[in-house]
Amino acid sequence: MKLYEYDAKEIFKRKGIPVPEGILISDPGDAGNIARKFGKVVIKAQVMTGGRGKAGGIAKASNPQEAYQSAQRILGMSIKGLHVNKLLVEEYKKPDKEMYLGITIDRAAKCPLIMVSPEGGIDIEEIAKTSPQKIMKMHINPLTGIHDYQVRTLAKSLNKDKSVIIADIIKKLYRVFIGYDCTLAEINPLADTQDGIFALDAKMVIDDNALFRQDFREEETGSLEETARKNGMSYVELDGDIGCIVNGAGLAMATLDMIKQYGGEPANFMDVRAGANEEQMKNALTIVSSNKKVKAIIINIFGGLTKCDEVARGIIDVIPELNVPLVIRLAGTNEEEGRTMLEKYHVTLVSSSEEAASEVVRLGHSDK
Amino acid sequence: MQEFGTNIVAGVTPGKGGSEVYGIPVFDSVSEVAGKTNPNASVIFVPPKFAADAIFEAIDGGIELIVCITEGIPVHDMMRVCSYLDGSSSRLIGPNCPGITTPGESKVGIMPNSIHRPGNIGIVSRSGTLTYEIIDLLSKNGTGQSASVGIGGDPVNGTSFVEVLGLFEKDPKTHAVVLVGEIGGTAEEDSIGFIKQMSKPVIGYIVGISAPPGKTMGHAGAIASAGSGTALEKIAAFEKAGILVAKSPAEIVRKVNDIL
Repeated sequence: MKLYEYDAKEIFKRKGIPVPEGILISDPGDAGNIARKFGKVVIKAQVMTGGRGKAGGIAKASNPQEAYQSAQRILGMSIKGLHVNKLLVEEYKKPDKEMYLGITIDRAAKCPLIMVSPEGGIDIEEIAKTSPQKIMKMHINPLTGIHDYQVRTLAKSLNKDKSVIIADIIKKLYRVFIGYDCTLAEINPLADTQDGIFALDAKMVIDDNALFRQDFREEETGSLEETARKNGMSYVELDGDIGCIVNGAGLAMATLDMIKQYGGEPANFMDVRAGANEEQMKNALTIVSSNKKVKAIIINIFGGLTKCDEVARGIIDVIPELNVPLVIRLAGTNEEEGRTMLEKYHVTLVSSSEEAASEVVRLGHSDK
Repeated sequence: MQEFGTNIVAGVTPGKGGSEVYGIPVFDSVSEVAGKTNPNASVIFVPPKFAADAIFEAIDGGIELIVCITEGIPVHDMMRVCSYLDGSSSRLIGPNCPGITTPGESKVGIMPNSIHRPGNIGIVSRSGTLTYEIIDLLSKNGTGQSASVGIGGDPVNGTSFVEVLGLFEKDPKTHAVVLVGEIGGTAEEDSIGFIKQMSKPVIGYIVGISAPPGKTMGHAGAIASAGSGTALEKIAAFEKAGILVAKSPAEIVRKVNDIL
């Protein structure tokens, strides 16, 4: 789960990481008032994507009139398909120097990885490409936590004169990273200004698997992905027209790839997870078929914990409401029972994944 | 597991000590079991909140092989578990995996029994049901397996592709290996150097070509970013290194037939 910049900055502030004074608004009129109070301000679109600056979603304003105009312009914008309806208006801090500080998980080393660079303000991927020698990386043992000498070394590499205050920020960010179960905690840029060091941007991504012990609530969007998640399934919308329901993430990805190989385009990824039952299948079919682009649906189940007869029951419950062709492949636990139950319905039963993929592509395209 | 030949000596559930399930005694803790029955493997089905604790308990109990099936363990818990494993004599397979099967001998996990048959193909995979699919196709083709190992779909897990490949390389019963990878991380790329040194042929199969960057595809570890961890990059890296790549489960079977 990604946090908005203002949420992440709230956390930073509470944990003692210096951030500029700022207020979240949704009415452009408020921007003027804030500018009256702060003087020069920066207005930042609050959307979950990078590249806000390039898209024009960040603006500086030196008086209330300018602040109002910029706020009004940005509030109407869409950035990479995301509508801007909230702005963070902050006291402007002029950066003399922009640095990078980020903590992430090194999957291969199986531990937290801190990365710093005296060149900040641009993506770390970009820095890694153009000047990799300017990135210092340090692995942290998750059992012992971060050592003072490590923090000192990192801070010194950023700025010798201000290394004490930077070291303090690195320590605090590591505490945030651990305390909030982050997969990413990033300050870019970490700016050296006339008023001191500040985190001018804040990015936090929380591990979805740890949300049970963290106090975050996901924003309700009413999307199909959200509905699926609430039902314990995983759904990702794609651009094509073949609806897909599969148990297991690997088999689901393989099924999508096969559909592509047969010349089709999947409309979605859906993993109904191990142990899918009748209710789960009903929900899955309802979610996938509610995407109006869908012209045919493939159901590919390899039962281990999942029982094919229960899957069949769930499918049968929804068949009357479907108006697109259904291609079904059931294998594994209770496969015979499941297939027998489905035989009397107007569905296409096949015995392999490949056959299912080629059949669903044919049926989905037959009306063209 | 019993049907498959696994000798199950005890169960552990805190608070259920003293009871029995199918005639197998249940204990309150791993240390109580260790004193009485000497198990050398443990399979963990504990819910995500408590799973890391169960793994720590198994490590401290001196269990050689720990297989964790649980999906949804926080990644910070797994980083701590993996650091702790480093100094221990235990091996962890998983989490978020279907376990290990050696047809004709035993199974520690949840793969369906009926699909396996003994043979000389080793399988190592980040997936569950996709592995069943491949095992099933191989068995129907008359090609049995020496062992199938699901290393799990989480970003941080106990055993890597390279470690399992190393075991297959040493195993006289294994003649060729199928490696099933997916988007996210660099576990596939990290295994290339080892594969090139192996004396046995390896067939790679990597899924997720249709996955958009930045989206988690079911498995917590299956997330590619633009320019890192995509299926096409992994496939290209395998092909560049001269490793056989199959584009579908059916093609794995054809390639296996070519080799043997």
